[in-house]
Amino acid sequence: MIVLGIESSAHTFGVGVVKDEEPYILADVRSVYTPKSGGIHPKEAVSYFIEKAPDTIVKALDEAGIAIDKVDAIAVTLGPGLGPCLRVGATIARALATYYGKPLIPVNHAVAHVEIGKLIFRFKDPLVVYLSGGNTLITSLSEGRYRIFGETLDISLGNFLDTLARELRLAPPYVVSGLHQIDRCAQEGRNFLDLPYVVKGQDVSFSGLLTAALKLYKTGKVNLPDLCYSVREIAYSAIVEISERGLAHTGKKEMLVVGGVASSPVLRSKLEAMASVRNVNLGIVPPKYAVDNGVMIAWTGLLMFKHNISVRPEEAYVKQRWKIDQVDILWAT
Amino acid sequence: MIKSIFCGPLKLIALGAEAALYRTCFEDLDALVKVRLPKPYRDPTLDKMLRSRRTELEGKILAELRLKGLKVPALYYVNLENALLIMEFIEGLTLRDLVFMKGGQVTKYFKYWGVFTALMHETGIVHGDLTTSNVIVKDEEIYVVDFGLAKYSNKVEDRATDIHLMIRAVESTHYTVKEALLKAFSEGYKEVLGEQTFKELLEKVKEIRMRGRYVEERRMRKNI
Ligand SMILES: Nc1ncnc2c1ncn2[C@@H]1O[C@H](COP(=O)(O)OP(=O)(O)OP(=O)(O)O)[C@@H](O)[C@H]1O
Ligand SMILES: Nc1ncnc2c1ncn2[C@@H]1O[C@H](COP(=O)(O)OP(=O)(O)OP(=O)(O)O)[C@@H](O)[C@H]1O
Repeated sequence: MIVLGIESSAHTFGVGVVKDEEPYILADVRSVYTPKSGGIHPKEAVSYFIEKAPDTIVKALDEAGIAIDKVDAIAVTLGPGLGPCLRVGATIARALATYYGKPLIPVNHAVAHVEIGKLIFRFKDPLVVYLSGGNTLITSLSEGRYRIFGETLDISLGNFLDTLARELRLAPPYVVSGLHQIDRCAQEGRNFLDLPYVVKGQDVSFSGLLTAALKLYKTGKVNLPDLCYSVREIAYSAIVEISERGLAHTGKKEMLVVGGVASSPVLRSKLEAMASVRNVNLGIVPPKYAVDNGVMIAWTGLLMFKHNISVRPEEAYVKQRWKIDQVDILWAT
Repeated sequence: MIKSIFCGPLKLIALGAEAALYRTCFEDLDALVKVRLPKPYRDPTLDKMLRSRRTELEGKILAELRLKGLKVPALYYVNLENALLIMEFIEGLTLRDLVFMKGGQVTKYFKYWGVFTALMHETGIVHGDLTTSNVIVKDEEIYVVDFGLAKYSNKVEDRATDIHLMIRAVESTHYTVKEALLKAFSEGYKEVLGEQTFKELLEKVKEIRMRGRYVEERRMRKNI
């Protein structure tokens, strides 16, 4: 079985082709829109996607060495993401499915981030720690859905680090040579400052820490590296703590970490230390597949298609706020 | 040093997220030893601070709730230096296991849990980690354990966070029977603090749950 997947929820127009046996990934082509300044301008992204789409699809089919009639189904991200961007992928996928008479598979972007990670590490039933720019959550499969075991009560870890870096005038750019500015500034830190550490049950909260850190900074009496160090230690420790709570609570023996913040080498080593004490298999999705791509959409589409999930093209609406725990997961035992 | 105070062997019964728990004999009593272990991933100063603060607060709150007549383990001994507590061992099943075994038939205990939570809130304490693993059923009664994240507070926000955590724990772990369980909990809570108070709490819970989403929206707008 071969599935072609299309991703277009934010910066990336990605097309992947996958198969249900080794080597699984047949093609992975991406066209990434980079705004000239600031964040995404949806109009610009849309025209960029429209311009690149035909080529990206053709290249993917070439790379896979197949013609489109050999594809069994077309998968597409319907959400969550930016509406205008999502609509480009959805429109193209609907057209392909209709024209070539292929089933259309509606894929949730967040679920896809998790499923590609499971494929990479051959995980069966991991606790998932999801740390992207928009999300901070702990989830795992229970009674047919990814249930949320823990999350942030206010801002995400990525958003917290970025905001702090900006307010401390350390960014942009936020990440230099694989190191976040906060991690960079923390390298010279030595003294631990007592700032709010907030864990509530399986949840974290960062807004109190952000406010307290900035207040301290504005007194002008604090050593900046010490501040970065203390804040970083508190924020990462809180994340590792709720992950550990998730493991203790669910009894899972695998832990999958997805999302951009997992690229932090400091956070990684903390997670590794915890996992090794608890005797848990840890898989941190490498940057190549942690960012948006079409392969994860194709792969998730394939899993869904095997369970006969598809959508009629005229009903394939985009859902900007489609949450991970709203999707029925039929393909796990 | 520590070993000498026990009248029996230490038997490891659980490795929680924070602590190792042992069952043993202390002053001829059936006892539970809870030691918060150092975490290799934490800055040493932060590690020491968290362990001793939480141990201290847990000890204080256990003692206080027990004095107020609420069903929590009796406190026997506190050692802040080693982040160690010794308390009464409660022989029974956790509510979590009971739900797995008997499904929706255990609503009675959820009602008791609701009553307990309201009484605890009334004394000015919030639990901070209300899950079904932290409720033990013994002789048809419930005991609540693990006050490591508890604190003194009368704020609606903190009480609502307790309710939010309880609901999420039930939703994520006992999804298929959640309706009946949550209904029983609320009945118990209302019996103590009244319909109106509970309604206000639920409003706040909604607000807490929405906060994450507002953030997402803000982020999207920032991107645009
Ligand atoms: N090396 C690094 N160390 C720490 N943080 C990093 C690193 N690299 C990226 N990040 C952070 O990761 C976040 C972006 O992650 P990601 O690309 O997964 O999310 P997104 O696509 O923006 O969000 P979402 O998928 O939720 O819409 C940013 O906050 C960024 O600062
Ligand atoms: N006094 C007690 N008697 C019997 N069993 C207990 C007692 N205290 C705790 N337990 C059991 O041990 C488990 C772990 O204890 P506790 O929650 O205090 O540890 P923890 O490390 O703080 O856990 P976590 O942080 O994972 O919630 C509890 O869920 C409960 O089932």
